[in-house]
Amino acid sequence: MNIAVCVKQVPSSNEVRMDPVTKTMIRDGKQAVMNPYDRFAVELALQMKDRLGGRIVVFSMGIPAASRILKEALSCGANEAVLLSDRAFAGADTLATSYALHLGIRKVEERSGRFDVILCGRMAIDGDTAQIGPELAEHLGVVPITDVAELLEAETDRLVCVRTADGERQEVAATYPVLLTVHKDINQPRLPHIEGVLWAETAPLQVWSAQEVGADLSRCGLTGSPTQVVRTQVPEREQACQMWQGGAAELASRLHGLLKGEE
Amino acid sequence: MPGLKIDTSLCIGCGLCVSACPQGALEMEQGVAVEKEGCILCSICVQTCPVGAICIEKEEVLHEKVQAHGIWVVAQLLPSGSVHPVTLELIGQACQLAEDCRGELAVLLAGAQDLQAQSELLIHAGAPKVFRCQSPSYLQGLETPYCDWISSMIAQHQPEMVLVGATDWGRALAPRVAARVRTGLTADCTVLQVDPETKLLLQTRPAFGGNLMATIICPHHRPQMATVRPGIFPLPELLSNRVGEVVECNPPLGVFDQVQLLSRQHAVAGRTLADAEVLLVAGRGIGSQKNLKLLQELAEALGADWGVSRPLVDAGWADYRYQVGQTGSTVAPRVLISFGVSGAIQHLAGMGRSECIVAVNQDATAPIFSVAHYGIVADCIDIIKEWLNQCKGTK
Repeated sequence: MNIAVCVKQVPSSNEVRMDPVTKTMIRDGKQAVMNPYDRFAVELALQMKDRLGGRIVVFSMGIPAASRILKEALSCGANEAVLLSDRAFAGADTLATSYALHLGIRKVEERSGRFDVILCGRMAIDGDTAQIGPELAEHLGVVPITDVAELLEAETDRLVCVRTADGERQEVAATYPVLLTVHKDINQPRLPHIEGVLWAETAPLQVWSAQEVGADLSRCGLTGSPTQVVRTQVPEREQACQMWQGGAAELASRLHGLLKGEE
Repeated sequence: MPGLKIDTSLCIGCGLCVSACPQGALEMEQGVAVEKEGCILCSICVQTCPVGAICIEKEEVLHEKVQAHGIWVVAQLLPSGSVHPVTLELIGQACQLAEDCRGELAVLLAGAQDLQAQSELLIHAGAPKVFRCQSPSYLQGLETPYCDWISSMIAQHQPEMVLVGATDWGRALAPRVAARVRTGLTADCTVLQVDPETKLLLQTRPAFGGNLMATIICPHHRPQMATVRPGIFPLPELLSNRVGEVVECNPPLGVFDQVQLLSRQHAVAGRTLADAEVLLVAGRGIGSQKNLKLLQELAEALGADWGVSRPLVDAGWADYRYQVGQTGSTVAPRVLISFGVSGAIQHLAGMGRSECIVAVNQDATAPIFSVAHYGIVADCIDIIKEWLNQCKGTK
């Protein structure tokens, strides 16, 4: 089995707060982590490899520091990692990002054969678009199955999975190549083991520029992004928070009253 | 190559951009902001800067002026064959947009069955034109044949805008179409307007879990595509005297057997936090696993559900299924009372739709108070213990 997994570096969930006065985002620590949904995609790849053998290549597009999350995937059992990193990729929307990722995948495929399965997290928690998976599939010319909640069967030429979409549970079978985007509750991601962490330090991690993957610069980064953010604003609050004063006993009974519909 | 440009003569050294930068790519040096490594041109600093000192320099790219006409709505059919309500909501909204940009509205309707009744409904909702495509390829409801047809229709007719409901189906279909016709797509919009001057579609969507609204445009590529969240726009009035044109279209030619639907059924999930009517949520401020037990006791006494914020799951105090937040459960109870939850943005994203939110926290500046309707600045343990005592006393 040849498996590709795409991962994204996102701001750590606990560090992002809105400043109530300036209405801007405060990000203490600047810690970045692997997008939580992508961890489930990595785990699914590892489980498929455990069962069927084969090879996992992890891809990301991002700043050089994003190699940290690729090493994390390597330390869990992925075989190779590719980071697409170039100033030319900066400012990419989903179309330009999926274009860059597809070039990285293509380049590996030229060297070591077609990927049977390409896995992505359902969405990234900082963008919430859920568009990279289907757009990447389109660039690669493979069919995507989104919102996969369970893998029922995986064989060397086909798989059967459960997709939960619009309140339905669909059992879907697909032959390869196929791209899956996975839900958060599909598995329990494993933690890296110590040998893995040591191995990851010297494991094959390649950093490719736009030129090295043969990118058309007019389709990369900000230049290649059809969409532009023109404005961001903090949504208006309908009403301010009403503060309750008093002793614990008084407050507790007031809370109780609220539940009974008294406020 | 595009790059960030900071005008140091305008910079007032307030540092807002430094704290806003998600990449940590900005620093203060000698009283002004400077760019360090790691900028991904996300433009958050540009939006944050109060004096307009930061901009992103773009390369001048010549875009061919595309001749595009009309607003399209992609219809979604439910498994029963009836029209998904979001399609009608979109028609209602698109009528307004069509007026604002003087375009013609049309609906794309595809299905395996006879589509006469559905076509009439779309017309009664306000669509003057329906492109209709009937084919057994659509029997399974999988996206590929829809993607083929819609993409080829776009190539043929060059519409100005294409709107798709942001259901799971729409959010799987729209990006494939957008990538195929190489245009921009904005996900999950909640506000759509036409800019009176440029006639561009202003697509506004919640970002960072609804704590920020981002307005996005697609200036040079056509069509301008958006998925639109269901339940945002009102259903249009259905008028049976409205008339419209139905254009029969040829079905897509491909063979769509690489992916097969084996079965489909209504998901019968067990009771989850999403069903909670009254929900008590504990955050880091609860302090100990022992105190969490008190909260669980209180929930039981009140007949309420309980949940936790992510740090408590990470600490192993509670199972993942009790996690409230963007990566846990999204909840919408009648009343949510949070104890010792500071309110990280991802947590707020998962509970923001609750009808009434009460926050108990010792830190009066905690972000949770910015979404709460009622706030109590106090030690949450005291309140829990007292409330629990009162519950026991009344038994």
